[in-house]
Amino acid sequence: MSSDTITIKGIRKGLLVTLGDGNWGAELRALEARLGASPSFFRGGRVALDVGARELSRSEVEDARALLTRHQVELWAVVSTNPVTEAATQELGLVVSVKTDLGLPHPRGPESALEEGEEPFVEGLVVRRTLRSGQDLRHPGHVVVIGDVNPGAEVVAGGDIVVWGRVRGMVHAGALGDEGAVICALDLAPTQLRIAGRIARSPEEQRRKLVPEMASVREGRIVAVPWHGSAR
Amino acid sequence: MAARVVTITSGKGGVGKTTLAANLGVALAMQGQRVVVVDADVGLRNLDVMLGLENRVVYDLVDVVEGRCRLRQALVRDKRLSEFFLLPAAQTRDKSAVQPDDMVRVCESLREQHDFVLIDSPAGIEQGFRYAVAPADEILIVTNPEIAAVRDADRVIGLIEAEEQDLAQLIINRLRPDMVRRGEMLDIADVVELLAIDLIGIVPEDKAILISANRGQPLAFSSDSSLAGRAFHNIARRLLGKDVPFITLHEPGVLERFFRFVRSGGD
Repeated sequence: MSSDTITIKGIRKGLLVTLGDGNWGAELRALEARLGASPSFFRGGRVALDVGARELSRSEVEDARALLTRHQVELWAVVSTNPVTEAATQELGLVVSVKTDLGLPHPRGPESALEEGEEPFVEGLVVRRTLRSGQDLRHPGHVVVIGDVNPGAEVVAGGDIVVWGRVRGMVHAGALGDEGAVICALDLAPTQLRIAGRIARSPEEQRRKLVPEMASVREGRIVAVPWHGSAR
Repeated sequence: MAARVVTITSGKGGVGKTTLAANLGVALAMQGQRVVVVDADVGLRNLDVMLGLENRVVYDLVDVVEGRCRLRQALVRDKRLSEFFLLPAAQTRDKSAVQPDDMVRVCESLREQHDFVLIDSPAGIEQGFRYAVAPADEILIVTNPEIAAVRDADRVIGLIEAEEQDLAQLIINRLRPDMVRRGEMLDIADVVELLAIDLIGIVPEDKAILISANRGQPLAFSSDSSLAGRAFHNIARRLLGKDVPFITLHEPGVLERFFRFVRSGGD
């Protein structure tokens, strides 16, 4: 999608955005490009920014916050190993954090998921509860919900979305631009369905027989196909 | 024996929280319970009017919180029943006058002298809702069989679950069986399926409720006269752990199906 070195991970408190090693201005431009490319994924979210060991002044951290604010994203923490950067962050009233504090959803071996240079594998997030009206879930990887997604709830995922239950709210798969993403549910009757930049509503038909369905983009349109158990 | 603190809330306004608080309070008191109903809708108080106690209010919840009177002085006793009290809301203040900790403290004191503390929550999900649910042992969610009310109930249940409070129970209020039958209103199964919490009561729409509220004489005082009045008493009995079947609202057989949603007696 882009040649920048920014990585985005879902953490319990929002998103962890790790910047590359380029100069500050270039990294912010790369971040801006990412935000602009997938506005619906980021909008309304919270971000912890991992800036590594670089030394940042207060105004440089403020630039990052202003950039995120312009895209309706809240900067709540800065992850840094540099004392000057930490001090600048603190002056702005932001949380200074280290990676281990951030509550990664699936704690694995120390740093094993964060190895340098590796193609980041797409993480899945399993949520075992019903998402009710007003609740939202954002994750850059795949999302599995064991429960329902009620009207007024939102699930936004960079990858695929699988719901072992009913979907009646808004679900958005491939929200970082992946048109190959799919949405599967035992009962797919969403208010709105989105894959990458495409939007579809449920057909306004009477309640049909309950059958699992998988939605994907075919020839530029979102199409839901019932699962019959045999075809594959 | 400490009292049970039960908060009645809904998210959406106008679904019948205050009516339920008044009638459930009366029904519980008629069944020998020592009851206090707390009007938590600071700035928009109604419960005193609905109970016909408006002219006896001297002090209120905010006076208690701010130390201008003792709790006992603010309680208005309803002389029609042996042990039934109202703690009125302040009308000239707003929700910011009460903090969740204040409600917890007030309810702790009320627990000593009563069996039930019923809190009538304001509509919404802001400060007023927050302090109304803070002291609750149990929460009753009131909804109407209409989409907006159910959506808001779902939102409120989500907030309660996030606080890891005890699971709420559901009351479906203002049901019109004729409209359900014609498919013009959500039916009970749809509502219960979506909200996925235990159903503890179904109250039919009844214009006698409005009339009795205007008279300050809650319908529950005359328990046999109407379906709605019986429904209030049934909810009270279920709160007391009794296994009471749902009333068949002119639709024999249809409502019995929901029997299984009722939590059976005891814990």
